[in-house]
Amino acid sequence: MTTTTPGRPHPMQSELDGPTRVGLYRTMVLIRTFEEAIRRDYYADKGPGFDIGKGLVPGEMHLAAGQEPVAAGVCAHLTADDAVTATHRPHHFAIAHGMDLTAMAAEIFGRETGLGHGRGGHMHLFDPSTHFSCSGIIAEGYPPALGQAFAFRHQGTDRVVVAVTGEGAANQGAFHESLNLAALWKLPVVFVVEDNEWGISVPRSASTSVHSNATRGVSYGIPAERIRDNDVEAVHLAASQAVARARAGEGPTLLEVHTLRLWGHFEGDAQGYRGDLDDVPARDPIPTYRTTLSAAGLLDDATAQQISDEASARVEDAVTFAKESPLPDPADAGAYVFA
Amino acid sequence: MTIIEQPVDTAPQSSHRLTTSKAMVEGIEIEMARDPSVIYLGEDVGAYGGIFSSTAGLLDRFGPERVLDTPISETAFIGLGIGAAVEGMRPVVELMFADFMGVCLDQIYNHMAKIHYESGGNVRVPMVLTTAVGGGYSDGAQHSQCLWGTFAHLPGMKVVVPSNPYDAKGLMIAAIRDDNPVVYMFHKGVMGLPWMVKNARATADVPEGEYTVPIGEAKVVRPGSDVTVVTLSLSVHHTLDVAETLAADGIDVEVIDLRSLVPLDRETILRSVGKTGHLVVVDEDYQSFGLSGEIAATITDVDPGMLRAPVARVANPDTPIPYSHPLEYAILPRQDRIEAAIRRTVSR
Repeated sequence: MTTTTPGRPHPMQSELDGPTRVGLYRTMVLIRTFEEAIRRDYYADKGPGFDIGKGLVPGEMHLAAGQEPVAAGVCAHLTADDAVTATHRPHHFAIAHGMDLTAMAAEIFGRETGLGHGRGGHMHLFDPSTHFSCSGIIAEGYPPALGQAFAFRHQGTDRVVVAVTGEGAANQGAFHESLNLAALWKLPVVFVVEDNEWGISVPRSASTSVHSNATRGVSYGIPAERIRDNDVEAVHLAASQAVARARAGEGPTLLEVHTLRLWGHFEGDAQGYRGDLDDVPARDPIPTYRTTLSAAGLLDDATAQQISDEASARVEDAVTFAKESPLPDPADAGAYVFA
Repeated sequence: MTIIEQPVDTAPQSSHRLTTSKAMVEGIEIEMARDPSVIYLGEDVGAYGGIFSSTAGLLDRFGPERVLDTPISETAFIGLGIGAAVEGMRPVVELMFADFMGVCLDQIYNHMAKIHYESGGNVRVPMVLTTAVGGGYSDGAQHSQCLWGTFAHLPGMKVVVPSNPYDAKGLMIAAIRDDNPVVYMFHKGVMGLPWMVKNARATADVPEGEYTVPIGEAKVVRPGSDVTVVTLSLSVHHTLDVAETLAADGIDVEVIDLRSLVPLDRETILRSVGKTGHLVVVDEDYQSFGLSGEIAATITDVDPGMLRAPVARVANPDTPIPYSHPLEYAILPRQDRIEAAIRRTVSR
């Protein structure tokens, strides 16, 4: 039962109602606004030259610009009682799943008020209130997702787990072990593979033996679908069915979305290996979707501006909170090793 | 192999004789009966009852919803334990041999052990990772290692290593109730298995009902005045054998069973060496960069003047564990090497 969804026949023919479509746009804009703000402050004081360990936001920074449709489309079907495990590039899913922006920003800025009191950083965001977690190790967020799903079912609920990886992770053992076990035990998991075409600098064609990772899902007995376009509504539709299957106790589904890494693998990546750079801006999903909604009469310029302004206000509040928060006390570096 | 059924709330006044493996199972059984969030999963833990009898009888009592045979997918099912623990369960997950850590270490040290820290204390991972360790029965280099020094080196997980039936039960109950990940390492040679050579102390009186052995407390299992031997697991029994021999020669050996590596009970070690002035460490794990060096540093960090002779280490001399019996016994810390080290130390 592997299918490739070729996108909708015409963008005007949507199965979604107007408020839902505008809501998806709003989520995508909020994510993009957040990523742009982090990018701005990341580079604000890295100089002279570029010192990765320096500045307000030190360390590696993997931003998700271009991948907003995946998070917005999937998380629209979740409540805060459902769980999400994400990757080293986690911000879009964290925001779409409803993470508090202030605690999230504060963690990224390494502050005591952050989600992990500055112990985690941007690859290690843990939010019990939305059951969100992420891992910096490729594919290794899948196995804990199985356990959350196991617990949700064991506790007699219909809560589900969304487990996210990139297409590069689909070549890791943890990916395959997890698919088999989830299928075997019919766990309420939606596996999401974000195919942004690049494993850092290695293109999918040089890393992956199959054209679609949906094939791999099917090989484990899991209904799977590849969504060819970076289309938030196609993702929304596929995720609707996948989440419903999981809630109904029918087991896991795998969705691979062909998405877009709008920026580098991490900030500071000059992407000299990337031959498609000139074409990338035209593939940006947010202006595309804005055009679609505008043509459908759902989003005039004033409303779009209002959505943008609201996002900026929320993000800047969060960033200001982060910057004004205290750094952790070095004397407490050893706190929280054990409960 | 039948489990001796016990009412859960029996006060621990009366006792019964159990092997270490049956005592371990009794601890699990008490907690599973008391707390429905406790489950046990791993390879061959169901109908087989655990390759080393770590789960004998549990499937019959608690059923396949709570005693789960897994595929041979250690990364997936250890990770499953982590996620279940995060969501309020108390899973006990078995890694059949500690030697298999290589296929799943990322879930153990990057996830199980770090989530609490990375979350700033907001997410707890109350799970137990049980695993069989140790050699002495010609299982070769990939099925005989102890590796507790490796687990203990990596921050964020407690590590317990019972050597006898009483501690096996009490540490298991304590581990399941602990809000941290606890690695519970049982040596095949202490389990009292009918198909492997047994030490004389592998069957002993164990209190009925529930009790805990506090994690992080070593035990002086034989008081003595001339030399301190710090050891753990099967080596405790070899050392006790030697201590009895040496008593006849007027050498009075104090034997400390560490029982926990993380946290390490440094106070008990310091108190003993402060008394005897002589320290021998017996460790079946690899010698370099491991437990024996850590025990020596426990003294020298505080007061090297406590020592009236250099510290002696009896450990695996950094060699893969050989298959052939005489080769294996040459590298394991057996009675002959322990006795020689003690005699050498007290004579200096």
